[in-house]
Amino acid sequence: MKVEQISIFLENKSGRLAEVTRILSQAGINIRALSLADTSDFGILRLIVNDTEKAKAVLKENGFTVGKTEVVAIEVPDRPGGLAGILEALEGKDINVEYMYAFVQSSGENAIIIFRFDELEKAIAALQEAGVRILKGEEVYAL
Amino acid sequence: MIWNEEFETLPREAIEAIQLKRLQSVVERVYATVAPYRKKMDEAGVKPEDIKSLDDLRRLPFTTKDDLRENYPFGMFAVPLERVVRVHASSGTTGKPTVVGYTRRDIDTWAELMARTLACAGVHRGDVVHNAYGYGLFTGGLGFHYGAERLGATVIPISGGNTKRQIMIMKDFGSTVLTCTPSYALNIADVIRETNVDSSELKIRVGIFGAEPWSENMREEIEKKLGIDAIDIYGLSEIMGPGVSVECIEKKHGLHIFEDHFIPEIIDPQTGEVLPPGEKGELVFTTLTKEAFPVIRYRTRDITRLITEPCICGRTFYRMEKVTGRSDDMLIIRGVNVFPSQIEHVLMSVEGVEPHYQIIVDREGALDVMEVQVEVSEDIFSDEIKVLEGLAKRIEQEMKETLSVSCKVRLVEPKTIQRSEGKAKRVIDKRKI
Repeated sequence: MKVEQISIFLENKSGRLAEVTRILSQAGINIRALSLADTSDFGILRLIVNDTEKAKAVLKENGFTVGKTEVVAIEVPDRPGGLAGILEALEGKDINVEYMYAFVQSSGENAIIIFRFDELEKAIAALQEAGVRILKGEEVYAL
Repeated sequence: MIWNEEFETLPREAIEAIQLKRLQSVVERVYATVAPYRKKMDEAGVKPEDIKSLDDLRRLPFTTKDDLRENYPFGMFAVPLERVVRVHASSGTTGKPTVVGYTRRDIDTWAELMARTLACAGVHRGDVVHNAYGYGLFTGGLGFHYGAERLGATVIPISGGNTKRQIMIMKDFGSTVLTCTPSYALNIADVIRETNVDSSELKIRVGIFGAEPWSENMREEIEKKLGIDAIDIYGLSEIMGPGVSVECIEKKHGLHIFEDHFIPEIIDPQTGEVLPPGEKGELVFTTLTKEAFPVIRYRTRDITRLITEPCICGRTFYRMEKVTGRSDDMLIIRGVNVFPSQIEHVLMSVEGVEPHYQIIVDREGALDVMEVQVEVSEDIFSDEIKVLEGLAKRIEQEMKETLSVSCKVRLVEPKTIQRSEGKAKRVIDKRKI
């Protein structure tokens, strides 16, 4: 039910993001989903890749600070109200969304949203109760 | 005007005679009353009675900021605390400040020397002294305050900050003398220009600027922008505060040291050897008259040289050149002394922060800005922006509390701070002063 995500600390200067993608490409790693959060000084790149451990190892070898976090991937019907229905399932349960990002699959029928919750287990339980489809890690890595 | 004609124009032999007499007395006193001095002198095998001439001064051990730290807070005081009527403090090399004390007579001596200082800069009774040095543990504010009162001038104890209000008061109260750090003087000049204040409404005639190093270029800039004479003053709390030496308005070259109260020496900072007059080296002071906190051969870490030639103003005291540097890594940020070791101390108190950091000092407009770069290790890294920003903010707050001056904390990628072989290059000072 959980998906592993790696996060990378980047200084806000040109060429840093390209450096990450270059290292991953040389290691034959495929990026499945990506989001970049930034401030005026630094950014945090969050990635879901097909091989988390390998990606982490090669980036660390190249001097990056890398973290690993567990997130939840949810399939959302690609139509108006799709996301609203899911957030309603979490309402009133004292669960906070730290951040989220979305991507649309090539088939175009469903979107996939990555959630980072403060209370992971509680969030999974609430989503399951509401009948939301949660993707397994392997499903996401192999997309 | 010379405030104390009798002492300030003494012939050299008379100055030296007074110095020797007072030196013998202070050495005797610290040996009897201050345990750390007695211990150091015993270790060096020198007794008070060995001081038979001024040359014997060099037989005495040096005193350093470390000695003051080890005896924090009052261990170097030469009188019981009941006789101490005031304390001041400056930055220490770690979290603890350097504390100094004054007896009633010390305060009186200090006021006398500051009256001399102000007179030397051309200030007199009837002047309105706009004192923008900070009041508090820092010696600047109160040092100038007492001296200006002793001189009989009118003091505006405005302290630092709120520049627009300062300018309004300067205009409305008819301030004729400005006392503050040289960088703050430039800041005031800039704000005057930005706010379109008519400078003909300002009566400032002379400024006495110190607490941080400044160049002849900066003097020219201040004099031109404010239309005043800019005078350099030197002092440090360990010796007394402001009022150790000052330029005369007649010459504006070299700061007259009040040698009847302080003996200056110039040493080689590496070997500790006393250098011949005129050579450049580290300035060392021995106080001759202080009661509560006398210091023997205190290493100021300031680099300068002594000028022994007579001055046109008539004062016979030796002068020291404007301080050109430090023999240690101390920084002066907006007039506040900052040691890289203090910054390291704060960083080490934050869990997970590694001792890889760099301090970048620059000047934006007239104001010093300091940035501390901290490498983000896995221990402090988070995938959430708010956690990292919160960490930076927390370090900034602790820095402000410890250093008494604000700095910006910038998080950087690991290994981006240069690792040097041997001594790490912690400080990049981009200021051109």
